[in-house]
Amino acid sequence: MIYLTRRATFSASHYYWNEAWTAEKNEQVFGRCANRNGHGHNYTLEVTVAGEPDTVTGFVVDLKWLKEIMEREVLSAWDHRHLNLETPEFAAAIPTTENLAIAAWKRLEPSVKAAGGARLSRIRIYETPEIFAEYRGEA
Amino acid sequence: MKVYFGRRYMISASHRLHTEVLSAKENQATYGKCNNPHGHGHNYVLEVLVGGAVDAETGMAVNMAALDEVVRSRVIDRFDHANLNLDPLFVNRVPTTENLSRAVFGLLNDAMPAGKLERVRVEETENNFFECAGE
Repeated sequence: MIYLTRRATFSASHYYWNEAWTAEKNEQVFGRCANRNGHGHNYTLEVTVAGEPDTVTGFVVDLKWLKEIMEREVLSAWDHRHLNLETPEFAAAIPTTENLAIAAWKRLEPSVKAAGGARLSRIRIYETPEIFAEYRGEA
Repeated sequence: MKVYFGRRYMISASHRLHTEVLSAKENQATYGKCNNPHGHGHNYVLEVLVGGAVDAETGMAVNMAALDEVVRSRVIDRFDHANLNLDPLFVNRVPTTENLSRAVFGLLNDAMPAGKLERVRVEETENNFFECAGE
């Protein structure tokens, strides 16, 4: 089994806010991330697929195809957007890095599955070089 | 759904790789320039990976500020700008980065504010790193 990872970057804004809480509690739990005017990051998306190299091409997947589905399913929706205000999955959910990792998985998994070769193994999203979250499809 | 939250920290510390079990010559042969008598230092990068369910109210697997406080109080305050060989954990244990990664895992394992400590990675330089998952 070979694991192949492709990276892409996107830039987006967000804020953390739970509507069920008071402003004081939001500020206490989320700190500066609760600023309702939002703030932004340069995110890095890492997509890892796992499979056997094709006996003819030597590819686990075609990297060009992987780039295209990452752009179509994720970057076109999130890049240079306000995640709270412009993306359907965060109309109600808080766009934490953890939730972004799960949401990116949900966006990409059908395309990887439909291609019928490698399986999606891991999504890792860096919010900054020092902070990342991963989702591996686990329940 | 289980997710993993990772956070990177830096500590600057000195160490000398040397064991009383070996002769001076054997220490030199084993550890090379890392055995030089007065020690040397690194900017270590410490990567902490916490696994857990996303809290429905916060959207978080672990609150980063709470994690930062645990790592600061238990590890960074202890090792940053210190000589690792003088730490009680390394009195009878060579402060290799293997042993440092295991020591850090031990210091953090029972103190996670949420979720489970999955893995500690310590990067000694940009070109080498060591991981401990508590195994």
